[in-house]
Amino acid sequence: MAAPVLRWSCPARRWILANIDRGPRHGRGSPTGSRSSGKRGQSSVAQQPLATAQKPRKGEHQWAAVVGLEIHAQISSNSKLFSGSQVHFAAPPNSLVSFFDASLPGTLPVLNRRCVEAAVMTGLALNCHINKKSLFDRKHYFYADLPAGYQITQQRLPIAVKGSLAYSVFVGKNRNQVINKTVRIKQIQLEQDSGKSLHDDLRSQTLIDLNRAGVGLLEVVLEPDMSCGEEAATAVRELQLILQALGTSQANMAEGQLRVDANISVHHPGEPLGVRTEVKNLNSARFLAKAIDYEIQRQIEELENGGEILNETRSFDCKLGCTVPMRDKEGKQDYRFIPEPNLPPLLLYDSASLPAGADPQQVINIDQLREQLPELPRVTREKLVQQYGMLPEHSFTLLNEVGLLEFFQNVMKETRAEPKRVTSWVLNTFLGFLKQQNLAVSESPVTPSALAELLNLLDQKTISSAAAKKVFEELWRSGGKTPAQIVSEKRLELMQDQEALEELCQATMEKHPQVVMDLKKGNPRAINKLIGLVRKATLNRADPTVIKEMLERQLSS
Amino acid sequence: MSVQPSPTLFMAAAAAPSDGVILARRLLRLRSPRGGMWARAARRVLRAPGGGGRGFASKAGGGGVSAGGEAAPQERGRVPGDVIEHLERLALVDFGSREAVARLEKAVAFADRLRAVDTDGVQPMESVLEDRCLYLRPDNVVEGNCAEELLQNAHRVMEEYFVAPPGTRFPKFNKLSHSKLKI
Repeated sequence: MAAPVLRWSCPARRWILANIDRGPRHGRGSPTGSRSSGKRGQSSVAQQPLATAQKPRKGEHQWAAVVGLEIHAQISSNSKLFSGSQVHFAAPPNSLVSFFDASLPGTLPVLNRRCVEAAVMTGLALNCHINKKSLFDRKHYFYADLPAGYQITQQRLPIAVKGSLAYSVFVGKNRNQVINKTVRIKQIQLEQDSGKSLHDDLRSQTLIDLNRAGVGLLEVVLEPDMSCGEEAATAVRELQLILQALGTSQANMAEGQLRVDANISVHHPGEPLGVRTEVKNLNSARFLAKAIDYEIQRQIEELENGGEILNETRSFDCKLGCTVPMRDKEGKQDYRFIPEPNLPPLLLYDSASLPAGADPQQVINIDQLREQLPELPRVTREKLVQQYGMLPEHSFTLLNEVGLLEFFQNVMKETRAEPKRVTSWVLNTFLGFLKQQNLAVSESPVTPSALAELLNLLDQKTISSAAAKKVFEELWRSGGKTPAQIVSEKRLELMQDQEALEELCQATMEKHPQVVMDLKKGNPRAINKLIGLVRKATLNRADPTVIKEMLERQLSS
Repeated sequence: MSVQPSPTLFMAAAAAPSDGVILARRLLRLRSPRGGMWARAARRVLRAPGGGGRGFASKAGGGGVSAGGEAAPQERGRVPGDVIEHLERLALVDFGSREAVARLEKAVAFADRLRAVDTDGVQPMESVLEDRCLYLRPDNVVEGNCAEELLQNAHRVMEEYFVAPPGTRFPKFNKLSHSKLKI
């Protein structure tokens, strides 16, 4: 078979079909048994070329992929979910472990108020229905990093259900057409994290560090409404921004505060969903999209070659760029859920149902939390577009880069230049330099004040735009100097002396009579040549538009 | 009768349809017995509802807790072999002898007597603590920093890490023999 061709539709990829019929929607729980009907003998039909606009051909040779996500976000809190030991990323092994975390007999779980608030806030931000009564359960399985042999989670009645997450993908040649999408949220639940196991290859043994055991997690379950890696990665990014804006989680994938598992299946449009596989170990946003796309492609190829997809768990190997099967699940995992006997139901209140005279430390008021919700990224972007007239995709870029929005706002505060110009400088020049040297905004050698000053000089027409770029480069390289200093050092100021400029124009025209002739004959490009010559004479210190005006005036007189 | 969550009861519940657990809790709610209860009970036993986790659907597949429980063993009182194997894997218990399995079957039969109670229209009780307030702890760090003490409990340690027992990377732990469990 020739080189693999992606023949499934995903708007962000600009593949052929926009109107694929997705067929019946199934929840996460189904179907593990149904297989895509194997059209085995027909895979020899000519493959469709990529990215050509063709009439939609429904049926056999189109594939639709279905991606659902389970996202675990570590709650940003001082202490753990059910115990008073500290939550911290790097610490000596087993130093942040209480007796409960080590599951010593005689210990009981005590719920952390902050974690409940974090869950409610996240649920509200994601348009969920908050369950006023939610329950805790035990999920049993044996693993070395789970000392109790069970995990306390919320399986029957989670704290928030039925929400939605809106995100936007950019398509088109310049990636400037916005498509707004939504993914439904099945539920959000509170659960415990497990410890960490490290494999000591030298002595062939497994070492256990329980510092992470018991840390509060928010599990956000996204329905399988996504159809490719890019959509999934964008949705995850948006969720990250929301969690960070709320302060409920730092959602840093590199530090393990945000973990994503993907459930992927493929099917022919109009037919039932295919067997799904679960892909784990997706540790970064970059690999997330790659891994999902690889798995989709793998499943398509497998089915086209007449094979079948097993309902298994796979892991993404980032070095090889492919998914590999993980441990073999012996049949379905049976977690033997039981209600957590040591925890009564969790009751939440709103302003209407708040019991009178209740201890405020012991009750959680959903309405109060709703009022205190900080501004969500979506609202921030809308404000940027309205206030500064910038394009939507620019607002996305500003929010996507850590610290960039603050930088931009600081520059805006100190400069008189127009927002459009500031946006352009920040997103193109400044960001360009950062990316080239792989720096974060916080590591930038140029401060917002410096850029603001530079833009002021530009705005006042003290320097030309070409000169401004040079100044910026110098600012970047040499940190300490101010733009004004650099301008005077390098003599980059625009010529202010009108008379001198007039004389120069006159002189240039006399030196190049040929060009003047051309111009008088009506050749439009001759004027540009003249302007160029004058600019050279001024050592690039004159504004081309001013030169043009002057020349035209002199020629007409 | 006080229903303490004992391992036997839960294993029995796992083998039998999980209604058993819910029934036990419903039982606690009832204040007065109803007339004609035994006649209804007899009918119920004969109807023998099948398995299926009514609220305990396992996350992975949406199937019930009791994979093999559909056989509804009340009538014969027998627990099928594959269910025993399944339980052994899940709970890391070694049933070992025929005696142990017989013991299990007796436990299931004992718990099945709960079905004699008519619980139509009665809300299940999830927890005996349902009237209690769930205490919310403030988010302060008050524990931890006792690595030495904790590591003293471990069979093997390696520089402040617990060393997991062999074969625990992919769980194939040593199974507890049923006779050793004093139930």
